Amino acid sequence: MRFLMTTTAGDPPDEEMMTDMGKFVEELTRAGVLLATGGLDPVGTRVTASGGQVTLTDGPFAEAKEAIISFALVDVRSRDEAIELAKRFWQIARTGEGAIQQVYGPE
Amino acid sequence: MTAAETHRAIDAVWRLESARIIAGLARLTGDLSLAEDLAQDALVAALSQWPGSGIPPSPGAWLMSTARHRAIDRLRRDERLRRNLGQLGHELQAKQQAAVFDGPADTEAALDAGEVQDDLLRLMFVACHPVLSAEARVALTLRLLGGLTTDEIARAYLATEPTIAQRIVRAKRALARKQIPFEVPAAGERAARLASVLEAIYLIFNEGYTATAGPDWARPELCYEALRLGRMLAELSPDEPEVHGLVALMEIQSSRLRARAGPAGQPIPLLEQNRGRWDRLLIRRGFAALLRAERLGQPPGPYVVQAAIAVCHAQAASAADTDWPRIAALYQTLAAVAPGPVAELNRAVAVAMAYGPARGLELADALAGQPELRRYHLLPSVRGDLLAKLGRPAEAQAEFARAAGLTRNEQERAVLLRRAAECGGQP
Repeated sequence: MRFLMTTTAGDPPDEEMMTDMGKFVEELTRAGVLLATGGLDPVGTRVTASGGQVTLTDGPFAEAKEAIISFALVDVRSRDEAIELAKRFWQIARTGEGAIQQVYGPE
Repeated sequence: MTAAETHRAIDAVWRLESARIIAGLARLTGDLSLAEDLAQDALVAALSQWPGSGIPPSPGAWLMSTARHRAIDRLRRDERLRRNLGQLGHELQAKQQAAVFDGPADTEAALDAGEVQDDLLRLMFVACHPVLSAEARVALTLRLLGGLTTDEIARAYLATEPTIAQRIVRAKRALARKQIPFEVPAAGERAARLASVLEAIYLIFNEGYTATAGPDWARPELCYEALRLGRMLAELSPDEPEVHGLVALMEIQSSRLRARAGPAGQPIPLLEQNRGRWDRLLIRRGFAALLRAERLGQPPGPYVVQAAIAVCHAQAASAADTDWPRIAALYQTLAAVAPGPVAELNRAVAVAMAYGPARGLELADALAGQPELRRYHLLPSVRGDLLAKLGRPAEAQAEFARAAGLTRNEQERAVLLRRAAECGGQP
């Protein structure tokens, strides 16, 4: 099953963190766990729709706290495995905030 | 954290880490059974300590160092074991010995990432050694590399737990008796040994893709397990085109899992599937894996050719857009690199689609005497389909009924019986 892990707040990475994160990403890729990962442009464009009428607003946004900074899409066998991976991620990233959500689709 | 939550967390850690731990211990001790026992002991220690002490910050490293300490104790205590290891021709090299006896207690420093990868590859080759039967290889691979419990393997294969437990014990004994070294095979042996690994992984996949027996048409968890093993192997041996070919084939076949069963679990044939339900992410991964295989620039092996066929289907926006002449040609290539009646039967289907049912039926009929296909339900099933297309319903009906009598999968049988009944409905 797939889980999307996202971060919405975190310390800016230092060199050691970058190195450790690089290793972690490589290890997960090798294990066939990591399907996709990336960081998101904080500016972005907000899309709101009302009755099919679309409104676009350029960022950044006041409620930036909710904005996703980075994501990883992982393929694991249980929610517990996803949680375990998130723990490892945050041991490297140290301080911050994020979410783990199951992605419905392939199963 | 409640005790139940801790146990679930330990379970997750185990599934993620056990292969690496067992592989590392197998290299240090040269004894697969001992390695698994030591890893299990470490797991038992975690189950008894972590609910009280909390889960350590690096649970995998904790399990590894605990198991390694137990390995030291066993080796110190057990003169006989040391001697046996010597007899097996296994040398605890000075470096490894230092790692066991003097290594840092709580870090993985002694095992760098490259070494872990090598250990995993060795474990895969040993678990799939050709001295073992296919079913023993499958059970051992799921157990040692997949981290599945005996009970989980038994449930996946509709077998009893003692049957699987015994199969695993016997397999480990056979490896010990034949003194199979914990090594990646030498160049001369490598192709045959790799074929044995790929076969085991694909068997796991296929058992998941079309369960040979039982009420379910497919057991996707086995497919995903095989896919995970394949992806792991692809990173461990990136220069082997057939590994990428197998991964490509499994990625693309998995992309159809959601589309190939109806709401009641009944099978939906490829050409009738809703292609919108195919998993694009897996298809893309499949394309990428096939490209990796092709870039290695070697003549295609059977998995690469089968992946190319799967890619053809994945590329067709609708069933009508399928490039059947190309698929028929690829089956011809497959027949050349891996001749076999099942591939030939698939070629008959492709030829029928490309050049008409009469041409396909000719090929299928030529297979009628093949002893390997005598009890294979897809031969009468294909003949039934082609006869129906040629407007010969009575013969088609007999073929579908025969196919239904041969399959052990209940969902498939229901479809075949329905098709037989439909033929009877025609004048």
